[in-house]
Amino acid sequence: MATQILMPALSPTMEEGTLAKWLVKEGDTVESGMIIAEIETDKATMEFEAVDEGVVGKILIAEGSEGVKVNEPIAVLLEEGEDASAAETTAPATTAEAPPAEPGPAATGIPALPASAASSAPDEPDLPEGTTFKTQTVREALRDGMSEEMRRDENVYLMGEEVAEYQGAYKISQGMLDEFGPKRVIDTPITEHGFTGLAVGAAFAGLRPIVEFMTFNFAMQAIDQIINSAAKTLYMSGGQMGCPIVFRGPNGAAARVGAQHSQDYAAWYAHIPGLKVVMPYSAADAKGLMKSAIRDPNPVLVLENEILYGRSFDVPDLDDHVVPIGKAKIWREGTDVTLVSFGIGMTYALEAADELAGMGISAEVIDLRSLRPIDYDTVLNSVKKTNRCVTIEEGFPVCSIGNHISATIMQQAFDYLDAPVINCAGKDVPMPYAANLEKLALVTTAEVIEAVKAVTYR
Amino acid sequence: MATAPKRKPRATKAAAAKKPAAKKKPNVSKEELLDHYREMLLIRRFEEKAGQLYGMGAIGGFCHLYIGQEAVVVGLEATAKEGDQRVTSYRDHGHMLACGMDPKGVMAELTGREGGYSRGKGGSMHMFSKEKNFYGGHGIVGAQVPIGAGLAFANWYRGNDNVSFAYYGDGSANQGQVYEAYNMASLWALPCVFVIENNQYAMGTSTKRSSVAPDLYTRGEAFGIPGEKVDGMDVLAVKAAGEKAVAHCRAGKGPYILEMKTYRYRGHSMSDPAKYRTREEVQKMREEKDPINHVRDMLIDGGHASDADLKEVDKEIKAIVNEAAKFAQESPEPAEAELWTDVYA
Repeated sequence: MATQILMPALSPTMEEGTLAKWLVKEGDTVESGMIIAEIETDKATMEFEAVDEGVVGKILIAEGSEGVKVNEPIAVLLEEGEDASAAETTAPATTAEAPPAEPGPAATGIPALPASAASSAPDEPDLPEGTTFKTQTVREALRDGMSEEMRRDENVYLMGEEVAEYQGAYKISQGMLDEFGPKRVIDTPITEHGFTGLAVGAAFAGLRPIVEFMTFNFAMQAIDQIINSAAKTLYMSGGQMGCPIVFRGPNGAAARVGAQHSQDYAAWYAHIPGLKVVMPYSAADAKGLMKSAIRDPNPVLVLENEILYGRSFDVPDLDDHVVPIGKAKIWREGTDVTLVSFGIGMTYALEAADELAGMGISAEVIDLRSLRPIDYDTVLNSVKKTNRCVTIEEGFPVCSIGNHISATIMQQAFDYLDAPVINCAGKDVPMPYAANLEKLALVTTAEVIEAVKAVTYR
Repeated sequence: MATAPKRKPRATKAAAAKKPAAKKKPNVSKEELLDHYREMLLIRRFEEKAGQLYGMGAIGGFCHLYIGQEAVVVGLEATAKEGDQRVTSYRDHGHMLACGMDPKGVMAELTGREGGYSRGKGGSMHMFSKEKNFYGGHGIVGAQVPIGAGLAFANWYRGNDNVSFAYYGDGSANQGQVYEAYNMASLWALPCVFVIENNQYAMGTSTKRSSVAPDLYTRGEAFGIPGEKVDGMDVLAVKAAGEKAVAHCRAGKGPYILEMKTYRYRGHSMSDPAKYRTREEVQKMREEKDPINHVRDMLIDGGHASDADLKEVDKEIKAIVNEAAKFAQESPEPAEAELWTDVYA
C-alpha cells in the first residue's frame, strides 16, 4: 500500500521547516537510507533519508516551500508494482520517517504566540516618534545586537563552542565569522570552565568578550569563574578592576531533552551581587538588551530561550535600538490583577491574559526583562492599582524569582494586597523526558488562570 | 592497589629537563645581585612582619606567607617588561612587592584598612593593581590559571609582544581547568608563562601523595608545551629560565611551563601547624637552600659587598617594612558607606 512520507522533526524544538530541495523525482526508486531531500530546520540544513524502499509516486510539497509543518505529508511512496494512481488514494500516514504524530515537538505545552504578543506594545515610551518596525525572529535580533556592537567596538569578540565555522549550534552567530573573521569569532574546545576563565582574564585586561554557552546547563561547569572571578573582582579590588563581559546562551527547558538539559537558572544568577541578569522575551528586547549588556562595564548574563529563538516579533527599525537594563515593560494594562513574568513565562502570562479578558478579568501583564537589577517600582505601582498579583516563571519553585517578588510586595505594599500573591512555577522535580510528564512539569496557562481566579476570588 | 605506570622516557625535546649546567661563575653584576638581595629581603621581612601582626590580631582571616619562595617571583620579575601581566593565587604578597606595588598599600590591605590596595575590601588574598598589571590575588585554587591565559589572549588579540605570568602551586597543578587552559593556550599560541611554584605541599598533602607523575613541568607534553624544571631557590637560575620562557612567548611560539622547585618555610596559612613534615626537613632547607643567603654569599664571596654593606641594606628594608606596618595600623577602617560601593561599575 502507498504510504505518505511526512515532514520530519529534525530538532527538539522544530515545529516547521523549509523543504529546501528534493533529491529524487516522481518515478525514482528509493532504497532505505537513501538521501531523498534537504530540509532546513530552525537550526540547520539537514539531509533527510528514506526509511522504506519503494518508488516515489507523488511529490506533494514542492521544493523551496517554507513553513511546512512537522508531520505534514510531503510525498507518497509506492510499493513495487503499485500504480501511480494509488498515490491519489493513500491511507493516512503510517510511515516511520517522522516521529509519531501526536507528541511531536510542537506539542510541548508551549502555547502558540498569543495575538497580543505578536507585536511590541505600541506604547513603548522610549522609542522616538514615528519609529517603524520590521519583523524579526529572536534569533536574528540577537545576532544583529551582537554584530552591531562588534562593528562599534573592536574590543568586543565572541567565543564559544561552535560559534564560528558551524555558524552557532542554534544559528545565533550565523554569518558572523564571515563578517568579523576568526580572531573575533572564535570556536573553543568543549571546555566551559577553561574558556570562561580565559574570557574573564581577557575582560580584566580590557577586552569585552561575549561568551556563548551552548546552553546554560553547561555553564555550571564554569559557575565558579562566573561568580567568584567575574562578579566579585570589582568589589575585591576596591573598584580598580572590573569585568566587562557577557555570558549568553539558551536557558530553561527546550523540548524533550531531559533533566540535564532543561533548567532555568534565572534565580541562581539573580542571587549574585556583582552580576546583572537579563532574560528577554521579545525580539526587540533581545536585541536591545544584548546591546546594553555588551556596553555594560559589568558582567551581564543574557538568558535566552531556545523555543523563543524562532518566534517573530516587531523590532524597531532603528540604527541603535538599546533597551536599558533594569527596566520592566508593561505589555498589557489591566485593573484586576498583575501578572509578573519574564522570558518564556511571558507566553503563558499573555495567553492567560487573553483568556481572562474573555471571562471579564482585566489583567495587567509585566515583563520584568531584567532580573538583576529588578524594576520593583513598576511591579509595586501595578499591584497598588490591581491589589492582586500572580508571578509566572519556568524555574523551580523554591527560592524562585516569584518568591522574591512576593516578599518585596509583602514588605512594601502589604496594605494594598487583597489576596496572597501566588507564584506559578515549574514543578519541584527534575525535568522528565516523557511528553506527558514534561508538560505536567512546566508551568501552564491553565495554572495561571486558576491562580488568577483564586486571587480574584472567582 | 595499582601502582603508578612507569613513565616512558620523554620523546619530546620540548620538555627536555636539563640538569642545571655545571656551576660556573655566574656572569652577574654587583648591582643586579644587590637588587635581587634587596627585593627578596623586602619580601622576607614584610612576611615576617605580617606574621607578627597576625599574631597580634591586626590581620585576620587567612594569611598565606611566601617565606622561602622569594627567589621565584624576584627572578621572574627581572625578565618582565612594561605591559607584561601577572596573576597568582592567594599566596600573593611576594608577587605584589616584586612587581613594584607599595608595601604600605599591601600591608594596609592585610589589616583591612582604607589605605589598602582594595580599600580593605579584598584582604590578604585579593589585591589588584591595574597600574602594575597585577591581576590578583585569587582564592580558588587553580582559577587564576585560565585567567592568566586570558591575559595572554588579550596580548594576542591586540597583537603586542607582552606576556602574562600565571603563577600557581603544585596543588593547583591537579585542577582540571589548568589543562583546559594549557590546551587553549597552546592551540592559539598564547604568550603565557605558566609558573608552577612547587613548594612540595598542597596545604598538608605532599606531591608524592597527590600526584602520580610528580614532575609537573612535563604535564604540558600532551599539549605540545615545552616545560622546564628550575631550581626555584636560586634566583639566577630562575631568571635564566625565565628569560628563555619569555623569549619563547614573545616570539609568538606559544606558552611555556616553568616548574620552580621551591619550599615554604611556614605553614600553608597562619593556622597551619605543619605537622605533615619534620622540623628537620624545614631546617635543612633553611640552612642549605635559602635563596637570600645564597645571594648574600655570592655578594660577599665575590667581593661585591661587605657584611657592613649588607647590614645597611637590612636596615633600609627594616625601615620600609616598619613604616608599612605603622601605616597599616594607623590607616582608618574603611567608611561604612564603602560596604555598598564597587559592587557595580
